[in-house]
Amino acid sequence: MSTTEIATPLMSLEQKKRSRNVGLSLIFLALVSAFFLSARPGDAGFKLVESFTLVLPAQPFAQALAVVLGALGAVQLYRGFGKWTNVMLAFATAMFVVGFLAWATSGGSFNLTGMLQDTVTRSVPITLGAIAGILCERSGIINIAIEGQLLGGAFAGAVVGSLYGPWFGVLGAMAMGVGLSALLAVFAIRFRVDQVIVGFAINFFSLGLTSFLSQRVLTPHPEYNIVKPFTPYAVPLLSDIPVIGVALFTQTYFVYISLFAVVITTWFMYRTRWGLRTRAVGEYPQAAGTLGVDVLKLRYRNVWIAGAVAGLGGAWWPIGTVGRFDQNITSGRGFIALAAVIFGRWHPVGALTAALVFGLAEAIQLKMSNLDTGIPSEFLLMAPYIVTLVVVAGFVGRSRAPKAAGQAYDASK
Amino acid sequence: MKLELRAITKRFPGVIANDNVNLTLNTGEVLALIGENGAGKSTLMSVLYGMYKPDEGEILIDDVAQVFSSPADAIAAGIGMVHQHFMLVPVFTVAENVVLGVEPTGRFGKLHIDEARKMVREISVKYNLDLDPDAIIEDLPVGVQQRVEIVKVLLRDAKVVVFDEPTAVLTPNEIVEFFEIVNTLVKAGRGVVFITHKLKEALSVANRIAVLRRGKVVGEADPATASESEIAEMMVGRPVQLTVEKKSAHAGEVVLSVSDLTVIDADGRTHVEGVSFSVHAGEIVGVAGVQGNGQTELVEALTGLRKAAGGTITLDGKDLTHSNPRERHHMGMAHIPEDRQRQGLVGGLSVAENLVLTRYHDDQFSHGLVVNWDAANLVADSLITEYDIRTPSKETGAGTLSGGNQQKVIVARELSRDLRLTIAAQPTRGVDVGSIEYIHSRIVKERDAGTAVLIVSTELDEVMALSDRLLVMYRGKVVAELDPKKVSPMEVGLYMAGSRPDGVVQK
Repeated sequence: MSTTEIATPLMSLEQKKRSRNVGLSLIFLALVSAFFLSARPGDAGFKLVESFTLVLPAQPFAQALAVVLGALGAVQLYRGFGKWTNVMLAFATAMFVVGFLAWATSGGSFNLTGMLQDTVTRSVPITLGAIAGILCERSGIINIAIEGQLLGGAFAGAVVGSLYGPWFGVLGAMAMGVGLSALLAVFAIRFRVDQVIVGFAINFFSLGLTSFLSQRVLTPHPEYNIVKPFTPYAVPLLSDIPVIGVALFTQTYFVYISLFAVVITTWFMYRTRWGLRTRAVGEYPQAAGTLGVDVLKLRYRNVWIAGAVAGLGGAWWPIGTVGRFDQNITSGRGFIALAAVIFGRWHPVGALTAALVFGLAEAIQLKMSNLDTGIPSEFLLMAPYIVTLVVVAGFVGRSRAPKAAGQAYDASK
Repeated sequence: MKLELRAITKRFPGVIANDNVNLTLNTGEVLALIGENGAGKSTLMSVLYGMYKPDEGEILIDDVAQVFSSPADAIAAGIGMVHQHFMLVPVFTVAENVVLGVEPTGRFGKLHIDEARKMVREISVKYNLDLDPDAIIEDLPVGVQQRVEIVKVLLRDAKVVVFDEPTAVLTPNEIVEFFEIVNTLVKAGRGVVFITHKLKEALSVANRIAVLRRGKVVGEADPATASESEIAEMMVGRPVQLTVEKKSAHAGEVVLSVSDLTVIDADGRTHVEGVSFSVHAGEIVGVAGVQGNGQTELVEALTGLRKAAGGTITLDGKDLTHSNPRERHHMGMAHIPEDRQRQGLVGGLSVAENLVLTRYHDDQFSHGLVVNWDAANLVADSLITEYDIRTPSKETGAGTLSGGNQQKVIVARELSRDLRLTIAAQPTRGVDVGSIEYIHSRIVKERDAGTAVLIVSTELDEVMALSDRLLVMYRGKVVAELDPKKVSPMEVGLYMAGSRPDGVVQK
């Protein structure tokens, strides 16, 4: 532990590097706009509400975009935006996405509001998975097993939901999540096995088990794999707001539950005794332990709760969307949730923001495969993961993980 | 309240850490528990604090036997502990740290942080501790962090407060302040256990001194009558030389010359800024400073373990700013690193292997690709004898030796050749008094043979006793060059804290 912080020069090397990278990325996006996006003439129609469609001329828009992005990039390289960097970056990225959509739809039109609605829907399992990650990591347990917990939850949700109805399906999914996380807890906390390795083992265990059961049980007995999914519930009054009403307030219960989970987790984490102790145990468990806090018990409890939340996220597939379970239906969303934890800096609201970005990437990918863009659909399928990589590598910068995450606790040290 | 430890025995596989230990403490007095590293002080206190279960014996409070199965039990019984490594969450505020575990809460466990702030303010006013409840721990100097620890203990209404090596990280001035706090606590009717290996401090603050050696209480001493050397003898089991004996230095030509050296780490933080000094043949230059003020980085830059961002380093007039560690080694530089387990030794290798670790590739020890173990063993045997390394055999793993003997292995390896410059960082950290005596005499001998010596230590007594010239580092800069014979520790302490004796605070 260094006792005196040495005074920092104006900007650290890492910040300088990041600042330069941001500038170069902007220039790159400007070039893409100038030479690629402006290549298709025609108007793009974005349908906002039934009676109104926003029309953007694709080519002039792309040219204007190139100029704006180029200018922003030049300013960034020349002197930087200081504390406005992130705002500028968000604006530039959003404009580029619009430009990209305009390019893709030129000559046609598509339902923008529908895509936003889709974004929110698809962010649900990522948000809930990320909250599960936060609950664990804030108390010092790395949870790589989110993917396995989501998958287990999806399976249990489908089977229990088919037998006893969707609400019981949700409960069954949560119970499955708790079961899988209990496995993580016992190995990581009691036996002090490396947490990353246990997490991976659980992921493969969950994938293997659900695939096996799905082939051997669900295929011959389709009656166990047919859930009546939740239908969207329009919140009175709020759902009448144009655009936002559809995107946010005409959704299944899953969306409302996940938003509530973000609020409640934030409140508990920063305003309560449980939150204070959780954060203390994640940063410096010895400090909490010597003050009489039962570190292991707290970690157990947090990992269990996290399992329930992840299981709930898993239930989204059968009960929130398609009404059935398929092998590996989660297809890596748990790992994207893990990225959302880091991108969101271990804060629930940050994680929600990240989940929305990933949700948007998925929604765009889906739209693209319907529009005729010439981009192969296999390539589009990679989009969410590419976004994950770019976001984690480039935009996050340095974020500070809970210090004790990944370390087994030994009371006698 | 009366606290009594009766016949406490605690065994670990292969060692008896505490052997039938009896101690009593009444509130209103200070008991110093003194002993060398590994004497069993910390184990004893962990037993008292409920972190270890004793194998035999019992803890009594007011003659009632207690069972502590966790720190929570000990806290409830009125025992508080300030650990050597502070138990503070660095990213939390003072108030959050203080109330952790006893949080004032409302419905759903809602934290009443205002109440926590008020509690911190009340206690710090009552005991004159001066704390801002909203300050973040990692921004605070160590002395202030220690006060936070004390407030934590007081908030839990501890009748007995145990301090584990409380002065190790403090500047001399902070130590004086700390003693005042101890006096306040005693006046307020609390008992204090003060664990230390520093004799002077025990003598100046304690009412009684208990000496621990190899897990046993070997005697008690009355600070009013006992002398330092008597207590040292009890600690070690034989008479020891406490002062460093050395003649005045005969400084020769410049050997090491450092000019305008700057070290910046990968995060862009400047650790050493424009440092210039020189070390002459036949003199010992000491670098004093509170830990974390750039001394580690300075040594790493000098020995080639870290790149210098600017400035030059020359040895005997040759520029070695960009030389690698082995080149520097060949030019006659020895390095006794500050962390012997991480940098000085390979714990899994034998004592003999460690002794030739810097030279195995010399012609003396190798034929082409093959190491000549006969030659190496021969050298190892003679070094073990010459440097009095207490090891079962030369094949023993170096990591299993005691701290003092590990350090002697390093000293033997580094000093047993013709040298121009010796750099020693924290040469006696965690080393028993007997070995300290030996290592110090060895360093002085090296100086008298005409080697230039640079000593970096956070133990002010050590640098002051060894050095012929003293540099003080603060925030990466050398802020003073002093004659250790002409300054008091208090004066040096002021420089170490960034101020000057004339009251001017430096930037």
